[in-house]
Amino acid sequence: MIHIEEQPLLVVDKGTLVEKAGQMSSDGWRLVAITCVAKDNYELTYSFDKDYKINNIRVVLPKDNPVLPSITKPYFAAFTYENELQDLFGITVTDLALDFKGTFYKLSVKTPFAPQSQGPVK
Amino acid sequence: MATRTIVPFGPQHPVLPEPIHLDLVLEDEKVVEAIPSIGFIHRGLEKLVEKKDFYEMTYVAERICGICSFIHGQSYCQAIEGVMKIDVPERALYLRTIWGEMSRIHSHLLWLGLFADAFGFESLFMHSWRVREKLLDIIEETTGGRVIFGSCKIGGVRRDIDALGLKRVESELRIIEKQSFELTEVFKKDNSVKRRTIDVGMLSKEEAISLGAVGPMLRASGVSYDSRKLGYAAYSKLNWEPIVETAGDCYARCMVRCRELYQSFDLIYQAISKIAEGPIDVKVTGNPTGEYFARVEQPRGEVIYYVKGNGSKNLERFRVRTPTFANVPPLVKTLAGCELADVPVIVLTIDPCISCTER
Repeated sequence: MIHIEEQPLLVVDKGTLVEKAGQMSSDGWRLVAITCVAKDNYELTYSFDKDYKINNIRVVLPKDNPVLPSITKPYFAAFTYENELQDLFGITVTDLALDFKGTFYKLSVKTPFAPQSQGPVK
Repeated sequence: MATRTIVPFGPQHPVLPEPIHLDLVLEDEKVVEAIPSIGFIHRGLEKLVEKKDFYEMTYVAERICGICSFIHGQSYCQAIEGVMKIDVPERALYLRTIWGEMSRIHSHLLWLGLFADAFGFESLFMHSWRVREKLLDIIEETTGGRVIFGSCKIGGVRRDIDALGLKRVESELRIIEKQSFELTEVFKKDNSVKRRTIDVGMLSKEEAISLGAVGPMLRASGVSYDSRKLGYAAYSKLNWEPIVETAGDCYARCMVRCRELYQSFDLIYQAISKIAEGPIDVKVTGNPTGEYFARVEQPRGEVIYYVKGNGSKNLERFRVRTPTFANVPPLVKTLAGCELADVPVIVLTIDPCISCTER
């Protein structure tokens, strides 16, 4: 019998994201991943862990001009994930504590995971 | 204030065969700040889901890393099995546990060697790798490969190990365990090892949690978290507890890995004694629909595999959050305030795998 985890998901507005992340941090949740799915829009899932339980918060951004507030204030470690979002997906992250401005990854193709990317893999 | 100098560390550096770059801001010999930079060899493997179907992606996942390749394949299979609710036979779960723990032993022995090399203890480096070589022989005997096992598949495993084979594995492992003990005693007691590692690269429990540390980096700071406790594979049926140290320095991180070696030997012995007879795989039908996060404990820490399927052969998204990626912020913290000469030792204690990070 395989182990299948309960994985709750709460969809929030991007305006309440930082506040919600702050609550998670105060409650002792550990940020474990930020995952982006880019298709018709940008679907961002913030995953947290506490006592071996996973909890997800999701924000959906439009395909055109995606802008997202940084959660590096409650979770400084988010800077790696958020720079990745900028470099691979072309999402603009505002108020980033450590902003590499598109140079965290050294890429030959600009924002290769963005929906409109003309990258080498199609 | 002393004059500040920026010294580049990597992307090519003798202590690391893989490219990671740090801008070290120094005041005399003291590191004031370290600014990381990755992505020199980013392969974009996640994007390959657009070309490869979800069965073929198992091979891609296994090739993300040459050290924990089996666990990458296992994590991917578990993610797909989570989406498709596939009931994997018990024998396959035990075999996954045995091969997974063999991966951990060979990874930790490799790390012990590299760590010894980082502080200039060359004979200890060579002995660590000599012992590891014998484990690779067992891996080759049971899977056919030394680096890429190719043993995990969606719905089970590809190969079985018969009763005689399991007996042989255990007797060989008991010899390797004895040799590993001689090695780890040096790491534990040698004065030169202690002088280079105790009170170096400190990370407190609070910092480890807030900075998202994983694996031995997290457990060496007093946090009892090990993803194997989630109960995947056969871990829920085996008797074990996470290895925890509290000092939060380089020595503590080394001790966690040394103790985890023996834990892995013990887990394999337990699995061999409890493994059930029966099939090793089930037939998989249909395509994945839905999403799932699989969390698995690699030698370097928790890896997260996210898959999202839309009912077609090709996944909509495949994402891997590797342990080294998660340990970059804690690394930056541990480097601040250290001596320049300690940088290679501290960098090694996160057991960096840039191949994984540049998936």
